[in-house]
Amino acid sequence: MTALLEVADLRVTIGSTAAVRGASITVNKGETHCLVGESGCGKSISALSVMGLLPRGSRRETTALRFAGQEIGGFNEREMSRLRGDRMAMIFQEPMTSLNPAYTVGSQMTEVLRRHRGATRVQAVDRAAELLARVGITAPGLRLGQFPHQLSGGLRQRVMIAMALMCDPELLIADEPTTALDVTVQAQILRLLATLQKDLGLGILLITHDLGIVARVADRVSVMYAGEVVESAPTAALFAAPEHPYTRGLLTCVPVPGKVKRDEPLGSIPGVVPRIQPGFTGCGFRDRCAQATPACAGTIPRQRAGADHETLCVLPPGWKAAA
Amino acid sequence: MPMTRGGRLLRNPGFLLGASIVAFTAIVAILAPWIVPYDPFAIDLNRRLVPPSFMEGGDPRNFLGTDQLGRDYLSRLIYGARISMVIGVLTVITSGLIGITLGVLGGFYGGRIDDFVVFCITTRLSIPAVLVALAVAALRGSSFLLVVLVLGLLLWDRFAVVARSTTMQIRNLDYVAAAWCAGVSRWWVLTREVLPNIATHLAVVATLEMALAILLEAALSFLGLGVPPPLPSWGLMISEAKEYMFFEAWVIIIPGAALFILVLGVNLLGDALRDMMGTDLSR
Amino acid sequence: MLRFFLRRFAVAVLVALTVLTLAFLLTRLSGDLAISIAGPNATAEDVATIRRVYGLDRPVWVQYFDWLGRAVQGDFGESYFFRDRVANLIAARMPVTLTLGLVGLVIALVVSLPLGILAAVREGSWVDRAVGLVAMIGQAMPSFWLGLVLMIVFGLQLGWLPISGVETWDGYILPGVVLAFSAIPSLTRLTRSGMIEALSSDYIRTARAKGLSRLSILVKHGFRNAAIPVVSIAAVQLGFMLGGSVVIETVFALHGVGFLAWESISKNDFPVVQAVVLILALIYIGLTLVADLLNAVLDPRLRTA
Repeated sequence: MTALLEVADLRVTIGSTAAVRGASITVNKGETHCLVGESGCGKSISALSVMGLLPRGSRRETTALRFAGQEIGGFNEREMSRLRGDRMAMIFQEPMTSLNPAYTVGSQMTEVLRRHRGATRVQAVDRAAELLARVGITAPGLRLGQFPHQLSGGLRQRVMIAMALMCDPELLIADEPTTALDVTVQAQILRLLATLQKDLGLGILLITHDLGIVARVADRVSVMYAGEVVESAPTAALFAAPEHPYTRGLLTCVPVPGKVKRDEPLGSIPGVVPRIQPGFTGCGFRDRCAQATPACAGTIPRQRAGADHETLCVLPPGWKAAA
Repeated sequence: MPMTRGGRLLRNPGFLLGASIVAFTAIVAILAPWIVPYDPFAIDLNRRLVPPSFMEGGDPRNFLGTDQLGRDYLSRLIYGARISMVIGVLTVITSGLIGITLGVLGGFYGGRIDDFVVFCITTRLSIPAVLVALAVAALRGSSFLLVVLVLGLLLWDRFAVVARSTTMQIRNLDYVAAAWCAGVSRWWVLTREVLPNIATHLAVVATLEMALAILLEAALSFLGLGVPPPLPSWGLMISEAKEYMFFEAWVIIIPGAALFILVLGVNLLGDALRDMMGTDLSR
Repeated sequence: MLRFFLRRFAVAVLVALTVLTLAFLLTRLSGDLAISIAGPNATAEDVATIRRVYGLDRPVWVQYFDWLGRAVQGDFGESYFFRDRVANLIAARMPVTLTLGLVGLVIALVVSLPLGILAAVREGSWVDRAVGLVAMIGQAMPSFWLGLVLMIVFGLQLGWLPISGVETWDGYILPGVVLAFSAIPSLTRLTRSGMIEALSSDYIRTARAKGLSRLSILVKHGFRNAAIPVVSIAAVQLGFMLGGSVVIETVFALHGVGFLAWESISKNDFPVVQAVVLILALIYIGLTLVADLLNAVLDPRLRTA
């Protein structure tokens, strides 16, 4: 089976910062792939570079960027705009500001279908109403005529999701879609995404810093640190047997049910994510890592730790911390 | 960080150009009586409208030629710089005093006082300034002092707007509120916190208003109701040369270009200051 | 929303009344109006007659309320020089001034909107700096001088356009261009900063993620939001342009309201001057009111609030 999205050795520099340094990510059809990491680790930049939406002054290189088997790394802005909103869609963290305040919900939703499918107004409005109902919005007819400022944050994010689905995309990239929302609304949106995925066979690349979300929705997890994917594995495997010292550190920071015992203090990782200049070599985590050795400054091997489980570390798979 | 700010200014070509133009004009204006080649008021009816020395038919004795009464154009231009600079500076002082007082009062006290200040600004903006200045000049008889007074009374609005909004911002800052609670006097907050902090913004307004005042004085003099003849205001020089301009274009090009360059210089200076401080004065 | 406009309207009326009072005071500045009207060669008897005929012998406050009462009804008295109702004179000249103002505004918008958008799209590039320079030059240009230079170049040397007057429509082009120059800098800067803000917003990222065309992203999503302040400033600029029309109309000998004011000032014809000051102020007040209304129409957040 060809993967829906295959990114190999993605490198992005923004100004004089190496934001992404050789990340490889694969999303299969109908699968939710979670990209996890602290803010500034390059996960959003990776997602934006897949969509071709990097900010000005940034440079992207890959050895492969395939979408549904087609190499799209060399696509120009025009070719990318044909794909975006049609076969690959994206939703963002800030539902409050991601919709244009000057246009109605209906106008913003229908323009997607009209642009990509040449649909008539009536067709597009019907489709928009259908999708609003689909994402659990009551009275879609009313909502279509409303402006974004008349909707709550949760409703706006639902509108964003419905808008992303207008053209039946194969891939949905969701960049922290629930971070700005209330906890109860968060759960609803996540459930909605899971349902939609099952029904529509969407491939989802979900970006989050919240391991609780990962545990609930992900089929597969990639952990990013300082612009690199330091560990990638099926969700169950990652939570059961994390390999990379950073992943292990992360997991002790979060009370994952069943993993953390009562009354045991949560862990923390000392230090902050470093800013990586181009030309940096070795492991980006070594300054914060308790297991660091001189070898960490050299080339770091990508090791297999199990079926479909890779880690970027000098330590042997299954290592135990020296007591 | 005044050092890096100053350093940035000195590397800004716009600032360097603007500062050079303004400094040059100021020096010329100050030294005018000592550097003019001829008496700017000396009439020589035998040598009228002599073209500049670099043009065909020019006379090396008059570098920029002579006007319709045979007065040396360069000498008049130099004295004109005096008029423009003095009017610009005095107008800024007058309008600055009015505008800053009103703006600071409104921004500092808020409430009814602020309502009144805003009302004054709105009223001022609705009055057509050029027309009123012309009417006043016609009624009172134009003079140098009158032009300064009228322009000063008409151009204070932007000072007031900026002084008001910046004062409000400063007043609402946490540390100022803290000083307030600690029981310091109004006077202390005003002189120690508000005025020093709004000064930089007002400097930018001052350049804009100076440029505007110079342009307006020229326009009033051009219409014959600004600085009275025979004073060589640049606007008046253009007005007097207007009748001959279709035959001798240089007679209006020279004073107009001088006016344009000086105003451009003042604006460049203001623009560089604004860039440095990130003041937004777009209106 | 309605409350906001009622309040806004009340302030406008108050400003208008203040301007009315100021316009009255303006003509009393000379000390003795009768002497000004009579001119330098008048005898004491002439002055006394004028004082009686024009009612200048009454107490100032009686004159004020008399004038105010008539002005509110659109009666600005009679011109001393033209021997006609001031209202008729202004009504006859207004079309020229309004046409000139609108021509100027259209030229200013046609130039500054594309320049502002271009500068924003290419922010920081040489294009942006060039546009900034154009704005700077426009700001420093003495309008009356620019008018004269354009007359020499396009009227005399190239012979393309009339030097003065508006007997034909192309007579509006040169004065319109000169008038536009005064509005171009602020409109260009405002368009640029509005577009930069709009283009860096999240909804533009969304529009791009939707795969919309570049034109749709820039104009439908970007400019639509940047235009809100531009439209209201354009209305205000039109007010400033009309107020500044006295200079341009004098330079190009256009017989509009500004020229009328200029003639009346030199002839000591104060009822006309007073009325023109007042009318231009009222137009400005009306335009700012319209600007606020337009703002509300264009910004759905205000409209439906």
